[in-house]
Amino acid sequence: MGSITLKKVTKNFDKVNVIKPLDLEIKDGEFIVFVGPSGCGKSTLLRMIAGLEDTTSGTIEIDAKDATDTPPAKRGLAMVFQSYALYPHMSVKNNIAFPLKRAKVPEQEIENKIAQAAKILNLTEYLDRKPGQLSGGQRQRVAIGRAIVRQPSAFLFDEPLSNLDASLRVNMRLEISELHKSLKTTMIYVTHDQVEAMTMADRIAVFNGGIIEQVGTPLELYKNPVNKFVAGFIGSPKMNFIAVDEKDNFNADSIGIRPEHFILSREQGTWAGKVGVVEHLGSETFLHIELNDGTTVTVKADGDCEFDYDDEVFLTANESKIHRFNKDGTSIM
Amino acid sequence: MATTQSRSLAKIMLLPSIILLLCWMLVPLCMTLYYSFIDYNLLIPGGNEFIGFLNYEFFLTDPAFTESFFNTLLLVTGVLFITIAGGIGLAILLDQAIWGRNYVRIMVLAPFFVMPTVSALVWKNMFMNPVNGLFAHLAIWLGFEPIDFFAQIPLLSIIIIVSWQWLPFAALILLTAIQSLDREQLEAADLDGAGPFSKFIYIVLPHLSRAVTAVILIETIFLLSIFAEILVTTGGGPGYASTNITYLIYTQSLLQYDVGGGSAGGIVAVIIANIVAIFLMRLIGKNLEG
Repeated sequence: MGSITLKKVTKNFDKVNVIKPLDLEIKDGEFIVFVGPSGCGKSTLLRMIAGLEDTTSGTIEIDAKDATDTPPAKRGLAMVFQSYALYPHMSVKNNIAFPLKRAKVPEQEIENKIAQAAKILNLTEYLDRKPGQLSGGQRQRVAIGRAIVRQPSAFLFDEPLSNLDASLRVNMRLEISELHKSLKTTMIYVTHDQVEAMTMADRIAVFNGGIIEQVGTPLELYKNPVNKFVAGFIGSPKMNFIAVDEKDNFNADSIGIRPEHFILSREQGTWAGKVGVVEHLGSETFLHIELNDGTTVTVKADGDCEFDYDDEVFLTANESKIHRFNKDGTSIM
Repeated sequence: MATTQSRSLAKIMLLPSIILLLCWMLVPLCMTLYYSFIDYNLLIPGGNEFIGFLNYEFFLTDPAFTESFFNTLLLVTGVLFITIAGGIGLAILLDQAIWGRNYVRIMVLAPFFVMPTVSALVWKNMFMNPVNGLFAHLAIWLGFEPIDFFAQIPLLSIIIIVSWQWLPFAALILLTAIQSLDREQLEAADLDGAGPFSKFIYIVLPHLSRAVTAVILIETIFLLSIFAEILVTTGGGPGYASTNITYLIYTQSLLQYDVGGGSAGGIVAVIIANIVAIFLMRLIGKNLEG
C-alpha cells in the first residue's frame, strides 16, 4: 500500500511562498518523477511528504489517512538523500540495520533482512566496510538498502544520482527502475534531469515556480505539452520556438518544433538559414542553424548528414508535429 | 616542487630554524638534567658536587610527591570530564537557532580570555569566600553552613575554577564539530525512527569523537602544568592537599631554594608528561586518523 494524496498543499518559508496550493494524487505502486529547474519547489514538496518540512496549509494523506502532522518516522516512508546520508562511523551492515534496530525488530529477523537486501543490491561482500571505503555507486546502493529493509509504503528519492558520474548514472537508473518493477512499491523521485524523468517515470509532474505545470506519462508530456515551459523542458535537445505572425498562417503567436521534426533541404523550405556548428554523434547529427531572422534552431538529422559549417540550408517542419502556442504560452490544441 | 634539487634546498633553508629550535629545547633540558644530578642549594653555597640519583630519590620518596602525583591526575581527569561533558551540552545548546546567537557565542568564549590569576582571584574573592562570597550568601539564605572552599575541598575548588576557564574552549571546538555534521544524516535518522536520544548516541557522539580527542589532547598538555590558579588561591594547601607536580617543583626549587631537587622534579615531570602523552596517543590517537 502506498497511495499519497496532496490536497491544497502550500509551503511558505518565512514570508516567501515556495509552493502554491497544489493538488496531486499518487497511486499505489506508481513511479512518479518530480522534475523542474532548481528552486521550483520539487525537493521541498518531497521533504514535506517525508515530514522533514512542515506543511503551511493543506493536507497530505498517506493511504487515505491524514498524515500532515505525523512525525517522519511514523509515516512509513523511506527516503534516499542526494548526499546518501549514510552514517559514516557505522559499517554497511549497521547502516542498513539502523532503522530495524530503532524499530526493535528481533535480531534474527534483522540478519535475514540485511542478507536479503544485500543480495538484491549486490552488497554482500561489502557488509563489513565503512561507507568511506565504498565507491559512489555502492554508497548509493547502501542508502537504497537502508530504505528497502524498512519495507516502506513508498520510497522517496531526492536527486539520488546527481553525485554519480555519467556512466554510473545510467547503470543506477536502470537498477532503480528494475527495483521498482520487482518491489512494485510507490516511488517518488525528484530530479532536475528530464532524461531521468523520461526514462524512469510512469508519470511525470513538471514543476515550475512552486506549481505543477503538467502531470502525465512521459509520452503525453512529450507529445502534448500544455504550455511552452513543459514543451521546452521535456525532450533533448530542447524544442525550438519560432515566433510567427499572421501571414505565416499558423494561427498562433509562436510555434514549437522538436529538433527531430525538421526536414532539411538545399533547395527549398519554409525557413532559410545558415549551418553553424555540426555535432556528429555517429548515430545522429545535431546541426545548429541560424535562421535569416536571427533565431537559432537545433536540428536532429541522421548520422550521415552531409551539411557542413556555413552551408546554406532550407528547413521545413513536419506539419503534424508542430506545436502551436498562444501569446501567454499555453498550447493551442 | 618535489625535484631532488628543491628538496635538498628546502632542507638547507629549514636548517637554521631547526637548529634554533633544538637549542631552545635542548639547552634548558640539558641544564636541568645536569642540576638534577648535583647537590645545588642556593642557601648552602658549596661544591655543587655530583651526587648521582640522590635528588631523585629524595623527590620520589617524599610523601608529598605521591600526593601531588594523584592530585595532578585528579585535576586533569576531573577538568577533562567536566569540560567535555559540559562542553557537549553547551555546544548542543549553542547550536540551537536562538535570537542573538552570535553574541551569545562570543560571550560564552569570554572566560577563556581572562588570565588564570585573575579568574582564580575572582572565584576566590567573589564566589568561594566563606564570609563574603556569593556561595556563602546562597548557603546562608538556604539555611546551610557556608563551605570554606579552599580549606574543606581545596582540590575540587581548583578543579571548578579551571573547568570554568576551559569549558568555553571545549564548547567552541565541539560546537564547530556539531555544525559540520551533515543535516541530511540527522534527517535520515529522523526517518529511520531515531528519537532525540538515539540520534545523540548514534549520530552526534560518534561524529564528535575526533573533536573530543583533540580537546583531550590539547587540554591535557595545559592541565598538567596548572600553576597560577593554585598559587593565588590555596598556595598548594592545606598541607599538600591541592599541590600538583608543577606546584611541588616550584616549592622545591623556589621556596626551599633546592635547585637540584627541583630539577630532579622537573625531569620526573617531563617523564610523566611523556608517559601520559604516549598513553593518550595509543588510547585515542587512532581517532585522529582517517
